[in-house]
Amino acid sequence: MATETERRSPAPPAAPATPARDTYWHESADHSMLESRAPEGPIDKRWEERKFSMKLVNPANKRRYTVVVVGSGLAGASAAASLAELGYRVECFCYQDSPRRAHSIAAQGGINAAKNYRNDGDSVHRLFYDTVKGGDFRARESNVYRLAQVSTDIIDQCVAQGVPFAREYGGLLDNRSFGGAQVSRTFYARGQTGQQLLLGAYSALSRQIGLGNVTMHPRTEMLDLVVVDGAARGIVTRDMVTGAIGSHVGDAVILATGGYGNVYYLSTNAKGCNVTAAWRAHKRGALFANPCFTQIHPTCIPVTGDHQSKLTLMSESLRNDGRIWVPLVAGDSRRPDQIPENERDYFLERKYPSFGNLVPRDVASRNAKTVCDEGRGVGPGGLGVYLDFADAIKRLGKRTIAERYGNLFDMYQRITAENPYEVPMRIYPAIHYTMGGLWVDYELQSTIPGLFVAGEANFSDHGANRLGASALMQGLADGYFVLPYTVGNYLAGVKPGQYKPDNIAFKEVENEISQRTQRFLATKGTRTVASFHRELGKLVWDYCGMARTDAGLKRAIGRIAALRTEFYENVHIPGTGEELNQSLEQAGRVADFFELAELMCTDALHRTESCGGHFREESQTPEGEALRDDEHFSDVAAWEYNGVGNAPTLHKEPLTFEYVHPSQRSYK
Amino acid sequence: MAVMARPGANVAPNSHIPPTMHLTLHVWRQHDAASPGKMVQYTTDDASPDMSFLEMLDVVNEELTLRGEEPIAFEHDCREGICGSCGLMINGTAHGPEAATTTCQLHMRSFKDGDEIYIEPWRSKAFPVIKDLVVDRSSFDRIIQSGGYISAPTGGAVDANAMLVAKPDADFAFEAAACIGCGACVAQCPNASAMLFTAAKVAHLAVLPQGQPERYARVGQMVERMESEGFGNCTNIGECSAVCPKGIALDVIGLLNRDFRKARLVNNDGGDGM
Repeated sequence: MATETERRSPAPPAAPATPARDTYWHESADHSMLESRAPEGPIDKRWEERKFSMKLVNPANKRRYTVVVVGSGLAGASAAASLAELGYRVECFCYQDSPRRAHSIAAQGGINAAKNYRNDGDSVHRLFYDTVKGGDFRARESNVYRLAQVSTDIIDQCVAQGVPFAREYGGLLDNRSFGGAQVSRTFYARGQTGQQLLLGAYSALSRQIGLGNVTMHPRTEMLDLVVVDGAARGIVTRDMVTGAIGSHVGDAVILATGGYGNVYYLSTNAKGCNVTAAWRAHKRGALFANPCFTQIHPTCIPVTGDHQSKLTLMSESLRNDGRIWVPLVAGDSRRPDQIPENERDYFLERKYPSFGNLVPRDVASRNAKTVCDEGRGVGPGGLGVYLDFADAIKRLGKRTIAERYGNLFDMYQRITAENPYEVPMRIYPAIHYTMGGLWVDYELQSTIPGLFVAGEANFSDHGANRLGASALMQGLADGYFVLPYTVGNYLAGVKPGQYKPDNIAFKEVENEISQRTQRFLATKGTRTVASFHRELGKLVWDYCGMARTDAGLKRAIGRIAALRTEFYENVHIPGTGEELNQSLEQAGRVADFFELAELMCTDALHRTESCGGHFREESQTPEGEALRDDEHFSDVAAWEYNGVGNAPTLHKEPLTFEYVHPSQRSYK
Repeated sequence: MAVMARPGANVAPNSHIPPTMHLTLHVWRQHDAASPGKMVQYTTDDASPDMSFLEMLDVVNEELTLRGEEPIAFEHDCREGICGSCGLMINGTAHGPEAATTTCQLHMRSFKDGDEIYIEPWRSKAFPVIKDLVVDRSSFDRIIQSGGYISAPTGGAVDANAMLVAKPDADFAFEAAACIGCGACVAQCPNASAMLFTAAKVAHLAVLPQGQPERYARVGQMVERMESEGFGNCTNIGECSAVCPKGIALDVIGLLNRDFRKARLVNNDGGDGM
């Protein structure tokens, strides 16, 4: 049986000999590529004034424009529906069998909005402030302020669609505090907020499909972007049932294709989540920003073995009552109830007495890794820490704990067969979200004119670390309230329908895709796609995960390149290209993850500071905390593609902070 | 021989050795929609109780691929029970033996070493097989497109708290809206009826104040679409709710029937009611 023998161990085996490189990247002298077009003036007026200055498309002409929307999650579905309502013709694509299944559906906790319904001092400015600070001062102020402004419209829109948010007995909307926020600004629908918001956007999209304004293409994967005369003109896709390669023209193209966490193989993402659409756009000229900014969530269920196919997140609300600990000495294999109190290390309470178990996600995750690296981890493979509710049950009673966390405890027991009321839970960090993505300007346009990027697929609003309940907010802000204006502004300057699918440029891209498919199928090697993906994921996790070093990243870049070479020589893909072929689909995605992984490591290599979820071991305080370097890295790193395996070119967009002044975070 | 003790309370976590299971699988294989299909037998010795059902199929597929055979096609995505992609008939029960559990959340500890397991796709005229265990559920999307929404174009909404919703109504709407659209209800129903799916959406929107203006037009349009897609009629058997991984209750069907009859009066013509 083809099981992999590799484990997620902290000490990776020695690398095969790979030539050391002289140059990992080139610095660009030309900064004109990154014109953010962010407005100036008072921050609270910027979006209003920009909207007024935008050109409008004559209502009678809107039907003549086609907008291609790739992805049907919160950002894609909301953009597709809203643009169709305005009168544009929309072609929407998703790889799932239905637009209702996009991975936004799995978000649990909630969505932030600065409604101040609780009278507890929230405001647009406070949400803006918290988001800039939470992102560790690596996001653009103008974008974040707009996000906070439209957050209130999102809640109104969702309620109008019938999204069943939690209510109080008087009939008003309920709110809760989430992810360490000091105010209660999170709206929620039990633990299924993402599902309910997505079904709201899906219903708006379905209405437009029913009215004939949107043509929906499910089970259709975008495999390339077509750029003609310097602008995005459409996409090339594969019909995942028949294998047919086809072209779709658009006067503008929107990518709302999610994040790239599956480069790590194991993540909380859905199995199908991939970087292909964004990566193909990158190879066609769109710069990729901050790829090494990934978020690692501390409360996931640990890996049980090599068969593991994904990781399951449990709400971080568990840290409100659970105490995190490991044995004091390495190699202690006693059952947890046989380890006396004085032989336990409650390491977060010890190191961070004022925040304790409630330190932010990045700090909790990194410390869990540290104690496991010391050999003090628990559970199979030693990659886990205890999250213990014994004290909370003693203090509050089992019933109270069941009321607060019953669903989560049941889910944990279903997956692990352990009863968390009696045995401490075991948790370990897992990749959850990617803050990096395609670079966009204030209007969400990439460096390719006519190519817009929304939601997790862009880099824009979360800086180096995303706050809880902010991802849903950003996806819907982009789709409902930003793109309908900015795409119109672009289209107003473009003649509609200039290109046809029989254009030579589309045919050339179709041929490239067909050749790539044939090459995969003809290889007939000895390894499966999944075995390569697992090995790649382990490399990226070990060297470009929670902690990174100069030497480790250089080693990883060499090993990724070597593994990529082996992939093309030795992968085995059964079947043909003219049918539903899940191995072939995976092969295309993994091929792009290989190239992305190298760029992530290069980005992490260049950024010699620690910030947000990104901990660079050479840059820490004497107490071992993350040390940011504002003097050298108060910027966005946007990368230009120079060919497979070639050093990319680094462009920098400087970040300035007029309203929120950078400070070092401390949780001691 | 594998140790079949359930891992957990009596096993020290640091000395956990996953036992292995020998299984015989009978799997529906069908090359495409136009080809006939058949049950094919496979065996594996590498399952473990800690695996999910889909991870067990992953293991079988890796083995098939390396033997030069075609892996078994099955639908899956989130693997945490919320996207609704996965869905298999396992020993004749949609999503297998555990209540309120999707196929992706089902674990092999629900089976015994040496078990024979029969794995089939959803079977319904309205869900044609695409390949192996993958079926076409786009009929569900078309039911929603026919009217399963509130017409609320972006931008025109009033303040969210301007509209009060009684908590019991909000809770009822949420429970109906928790449907993941997996199709287990249709697969288990002897009539292959889509009544639970359709009624869940009708009920979600019918109890909310925002849903009132289109309430009776909606139910008429959705039922008409449901019938034209080739689903069977509902005869109140209740298998749908019994296998629903989200536990959608049968009372949504009562609400649909009540609204549907009332719609014929309200709409005056029994037709589209617009």
